[in-house]
Amino acid sequence: MAETGKKDEAVGEATPHVTEVVSSDASTTAEVEAVLDAPVERGEPILQVRNLVKHFPLNQGILFKRQVGAVKAVDDISFDLYQGETLGIVGESGCGKSTVARLLMTLETATSGEVFYKGEDITKLSGRALKAVRRNIQMVFQDPYTSLNPRMTVGDIIGEPFEIHPEVAPKGDRRKRVQELLDVVGLNPEYVNRYPHQFSGGQRQRIGIARGLALNPEIIVCDEPVSALDVSVQAQVINLMGKLQDEFNLSYIFIAHDLSIVRHISDRVGVMYLGKMAEIGTDAQIYEHPTHPYTQALLSAVPVPDPEAREGRERIILTGDVPSPANPPSGCRFRTRCWKAQDKCAEELPVLAIPEVFKGKDTPAAHDSACHFAEEKRVVPAA
Amino acid sequence: MEHQEAQPVLLDVRDLQVEFRTRDGVAKAVNGVSYSVGEGETLAVLGESGSGKSVTAQAIMGILDSPPGHITGGRVFFRGEDLLTMPAETRRRVRGAKLAMVFQDALSSLNPVLSVGAQLSEMFEVHEGMTRKDSRAKAVQLMDRVRIPAARERVGDYPHQFSGGMRQRIMIAMAIALEPDLIIADEPTTALDVTVQAQVMDLLAELQREYNMGLILITHDLGVVADVADKIAVMYAGRIVETAPVHDLYAAPAHPYTRGLLDSIPRLDRKGQQLYAIKGLPPNLMAIPPGCPFNPRCPRAQDICRTDRPPLFAVAPGRTSACHFWKDTLDES
Repeated sequence: MAETGKKDEAVGEATPHVTEVVSSDASTTAEVEAVLDAPVERGEPILQVRNLVKHFPLNQGILFKRQVGAVKAVDDISFDLYQGETLGIVGESGCGKSTVARLLMTLETATSGEVFYKGEDITKLSGRALKAVRRNIQMVFQDPYTSLNPRMTVGDIIGEPFEIHPEVAPKGDRRKRVQELLDVVGLNPEYVNRYPHQFSGGQRQRIGIARGLALNPEIIVCDEPVSALDVSVQAQVINLMGKLQDEFNLSYIFIAHDLSIVRHISDRVGVMYLGKMAEIGTDAQIYEHPTHPYTQALLSAVPVPDPEAREGRERIILTGDVPSPANPPSGCRFRTRCWKAQDKCAEELPVLAIPEVFKGKDTPAAHDSACHFAEEKRVVPAA
Repeated sequence: MEHQEAQPVLLDVRDLQVEFRTRDGVAKAVNGVSYSVGEGETLAVLGESGSGKSVTAQAIMGILDSPPGHITGGRVFFRGEDLLTMPAETRRRVRGAKLAMVFQDALSSLNPVLSVGAQLSEMFEVHEGMTRKDSRAKAVQLMDRVRIPAARERVGDYPHQFSGGMRQRIMIAMAIALEPDLIIADEPTTALDVTVQAQVMDLLAELQREYNMGLILITHDLGVVADVADKIAVMYAGRIVETAPVHDLYAAPAHPYTRGLLDSIPRLDRKGQQLYAIKGLPPNLMAIPPGCPFNPRCPRAQDICRTDRPPLFAVAPGRTSACHFWKDTLDES
């Protein structure tokens, strides 16, 4: 085991929410596969994201394309995912949270930065080793209506991963395995020959979850898994996901825009704004002791289903819209909508770290927040 | 909510029934819905998809897709006149001028090939016979009113050039253009981000106060309802299952469905272990269960619930519940 380069060490110091990356020294494909199959202890980091960047080029011209700019969808973010935990990622549309999901799935190629899975940088892998990684990181998509092929039966949809990774379930076993999976997600195993349109939205999302579980993954990336569902069905699916996490020892990355749901399911929460991580911490730190103005505004804007709280609550109503990620503001990305913004915010990019004022203090406000003028402000009333 | 009872009633819907006749059968989307809204009052109609909340609104506005939709019974009184029996021409004049609607999806509700200025000024040209120049000036004024920055420069822009929140403001501008008495807003903020949702709801509430408009807010979001509504009607399978002043409903629901909904939403201010989940699925509107439509999912269901359809029992002044066991439900909370 060898340490990675200087860059990672530097990041590790500046941002304590990320742990030191111990990269594996596997060189041959077989060695890499062995590393990927090794179990990770509960509470140890299983996924370490470092300085991840994804810029989508903007081209002009038809015959001679030239790049005229880039949409900075994800712009230098770092975080860790621990074995067995749920990391929630929240943010408004266009903040880059779905691009992060696609990068973790290696569905997009990162512009720069690394994603270490068990110490192996998966952005550099290819061929058999990458295939082995993909088996262990699966995804549940947002829209259960478009993410299932309408021409395939449920049995074929859930069994398709076995075609690609035949080592997980031998051919004779597959039908039985698919029926087990249906049972696990609370659907009748006799439904294997039905088509997606014969199911309701909530049931379809269960099928999507069963497909995600098929290869016994360690990490499931959930991109808005319940936002298309009705309230009464949402609760069923969220409870199911909690149950499966305990049963199969899964780690979740849970991406959503609904802050109440994220709080319910997450151990730690990261708040994204315009391609950057604004604040990250445990659920209590973020929801009860937020120090970044954006987090405070976001939390105060969420309607609370309690009319008694209507008068007493302080609402921070932001002005304007999220700027375009193709042309983000200089310095702090949030400064154009921030009521605290000063000259410094335009000149200097705030680092994601424990703010100076809280450093060394034993307070829940001492967590990573990328703001020059971080200040604790409780916006969610105590229950 | 006594003072609201005294407000003149704007809209009074009585026993409205709508069905969709399709090749596969008849879907009974609205089965006897009654509600009323007074001046300056906000009624929230709460329900999941398929509960009939939007179809009711479409029937009131007269924009129901027909066929397959048919209004098979009921009355809709607007200031005492029945909208359903009035001649089409009269009704057209009421709609827009007195009764306006804000739709959920602003991008598909606005015409993509006309500038927003043209779409806004059309209202004044058609309804008030203004000249093009005057109506254009009114359009700029309106855009200012809903706080669209640089309204004068942006009046010629097309819908796709605006962000989601700005488009929804334009929809609101269109709705308030002729200073209507009543606005029906169908999931006006569902497609928006929370910070923008807060801006838009704020704007709606402010305009409502200013013009003393009635507002029917159709939504599935219990949080939004708690923030703005005066009274609530909860719908399930095309029926109203509970009506109540907003404070009473959240404090102590009188219908097991409402109870279940309130228990099944995760809260921002607390972290629970397990959410309560209403078992099963909403019924197929082509085969609504006999008796109480909620009985297959209800933790309280008895034999009577499977045979007798519960009427709306009066629970308290201004409160009704369509549950045989409303008393037990109320006592439990």
